[in-house]
Amino acid sequence: MEHGTDKMGTSPGQLHRLCRRRTPDVTFSFDGVAMHAQEGDSLLCAITTLASHLRVHEFDGRPRAGFCGMGVCQDCWVWIEGGHRVRACTTQVREGLRVTTRGPLLPGMGAETSA
Amino acid sequence: MSHMDGPGIVIVGAGPAGIGAADVLVRAGLRPVLIDEGRRPGGQGYRKSDPTLGLSLGYARAANYKRIHAVFTALETQIDYRPETLVWSVDGRAAYLAERGAVVDAGLSYDRLILATGATDKIAPVPGWTLTGVYTLGGAQVILKDQGCSIGRKVVFYGSSPLLYLAAAQYIEAGAGKVTILDTTPFARKAAASLKIARAPSVLCNGVALLAGLKARGVTIVSGVSGLRIDGEDGRVAGVSFQAGRRPMRLDCDAVAIGHGLRAETQLAELAGAELAYDATFDQWLPRTDADGRAADGLYLAGDGARIGGAAAAELAGRVAAMACLADLGRSIDKAELIRLRTRRDAYHASQEGLAQAFAWPRHAFADLPDETVLCRCENVTAGAVRAVARSLEGVSDINRVKALTRCGMGRCQARMCGLAAVEVAAAARQEAAEALTYYRPQPPVKPIFIPEPALSEV
Ligand SMILES: Cc1cc2nc3c(=O)[nH]c(=O)nc-3n(C[C@H](O)[C@H](O)[C@H](O)COP(=O)(O)OP(=O)(O)OC[C@H]3O[C@@H](n4cnc5c(N)ncnc54)[C@H](O)[C@@H]3O)c2cc1C
Ligand code: FES
Repeated sequence: MEHGTDKMGTSPGQLHRLCRRRTPDVTFSFDGVAMHAQEGDSLLCAITTLASHLRVHEFDGRPRAGFCGMGVCQDCWVWIEGGHRVRACTTQVREGLRVTTRGPLLPGMGAETSA
Repeated sequence: MSHMDGPGIVIVGAGPAGIGAADVLVRAGLRPVLIDEGRRPGGQGYRKSDPTLGLSLGYARAANYKRIHAVFTALETQIDYRPETLVWSVDGRAAYLAERGAVVDAGLSYDRLILATGATDKIAPVPGWTLTGVYTLGGAQVILKDQGCSIGRKVVFYGSSPLLYLAAAQYIEAGAGKVTILDTTPFARKAAASLKIARAPSVLCNGVALLAGLKARGVTIVSGVSGLRIDGEDGRVAGVSFQAGRRPMRLDCDAVAIGHGLRAETQLAELAGAELAYDATFDQWLPRTDADGRAADGLYLAGDGARIGGAAAAELAGRVAAMACLADLGRSIDKAELIRLRTRRDAYHASQEGLAQAFAWPRHAFADLPDETVLCRCENVTAGAVRAVARSLEGVSDINRVKALTRCGMGRCQARMCGLAAVEVAAAARQEAAEALTYYRPQPPVKPIFIPEPALSEV
């Protein structure tokens, strides 16, 4: 998997920014790779403007990058530091946030537990 | 709870319907609670684009949009407005909330409940719809309005819905790259439905202007598209193949937005006691209500969540439902005004029936969906698996049995994405009509609740 780190445009990202926010830049990390976004960006936007996907599906291992963008399909789950699962499309990026595609492995469980 | 004095009225949904209802109640001297999961008021179509983006899109200059937001602004201090609050269940006389993801222990009790929960995209899955770069039509709009992004540089808008054209126009307006519209309904059906659509003249006029605008910008529009499949490379969208009439075609693209109109958000209504019935106009199960939105004792429904009607109808329906609620509380209401609101609402509803003809649900296409196509994107269940089980069930025409045996619709989204399609696929396999099946039953929490830190450490 490849996560681009450039700010605008020339990345392997799926989403493309059509305008810049009038907000400060923030730095966060996705699977250990430092990335730049803007305050107010959802994690879906922050990550998939630079990367092609958010996670891999538990069953078929194929990439997923969100689908509905509005908290309905639950296709965009990622993990943030502290072992929390969040919806990328309804969670805002924060300075220094560490985001991962996979959660912590709990004893006797898979990487993700269902709701 | 903070109803101050007077009866406790909770409204769920701060779209046009919920705002209209709140306005009527405030004018009657009440202070309703208005709850919405979203960060800003306006609901789905009338969502404000994020102010930090400085985007200026035409929809936000429309008179009706401005008016609804003005009504809300005037109300804001006179209601108990709770944004970023999910109602994850309702039972009897209480609503159960999660505020910014954190579950509130005590239920919020109410005397009357007005549900204005709206609708989201109605999806007909196609081969390849789980590739990255495929989004719902509504998702493509939200990503634009809230994030200032396009879903790709060469975007195909596929399905059949007025929103297909609206979303495409918004993409062009915002300066997104190449846009193509692939509509599954033949053009002749649109012409045939235009008289009905004209029951609300503004709806027809807006539609004609929209189409003319798209044509003037050189947007390719193909009608009567069938058999679409999304082709991928490394898990990402690379193009689409389809038939235009009988002509096979292929287009390169890096993103696809798909939608076949709207699917009412009915889970809370059903949990609160509403009965659902199949609606042949909108090809989905909708709650039964009386002419004013009464669905059960103390339960009122309004807007797209009760009947797909668009923003103008939603606001009027919200006002009507709130008046019904006031009348049931023994307050005097202006009967002439009620009749006037109903009449206007019904004209929009009649027009919407025309739109449902002009932008048809591709019912006939489900039988041809290849067996290996994923239907349930949460649980990765294929059309073939659903067919096999549906055929084997004797006597029972209940999609919940198919769900129990295949896991189709059992995942995190609670069948919001695949449910209507799963019913069509199962019904076709059984050679039954979709309406013969019992629809998916909702289960609380109606959406996943993310357990916050303190609760986690207790487990
Ligand atoms: C994605 C999308 C885009 C659209 N775009 C346009 C457009 O550009 N122009 C146009 O004219 N029309 C558009 N429409 C159609 C139009 O917006 C709707 O017809 C109109 O918004 C219906 O109003 P409503 O009040 O019934 O519901 P909505 O506006 O959908 O509002 C319902 C509200 O209820 C909230 N809600 C639902 N369930 C819960 C819950 N359990 N807890 C808390 N809150 C909840 C939702 O967050 C939402 O804000 C769009 C519709 C959709 C779905
Ligand atoms: S993209 Fe659908 S819930 Fe986030």
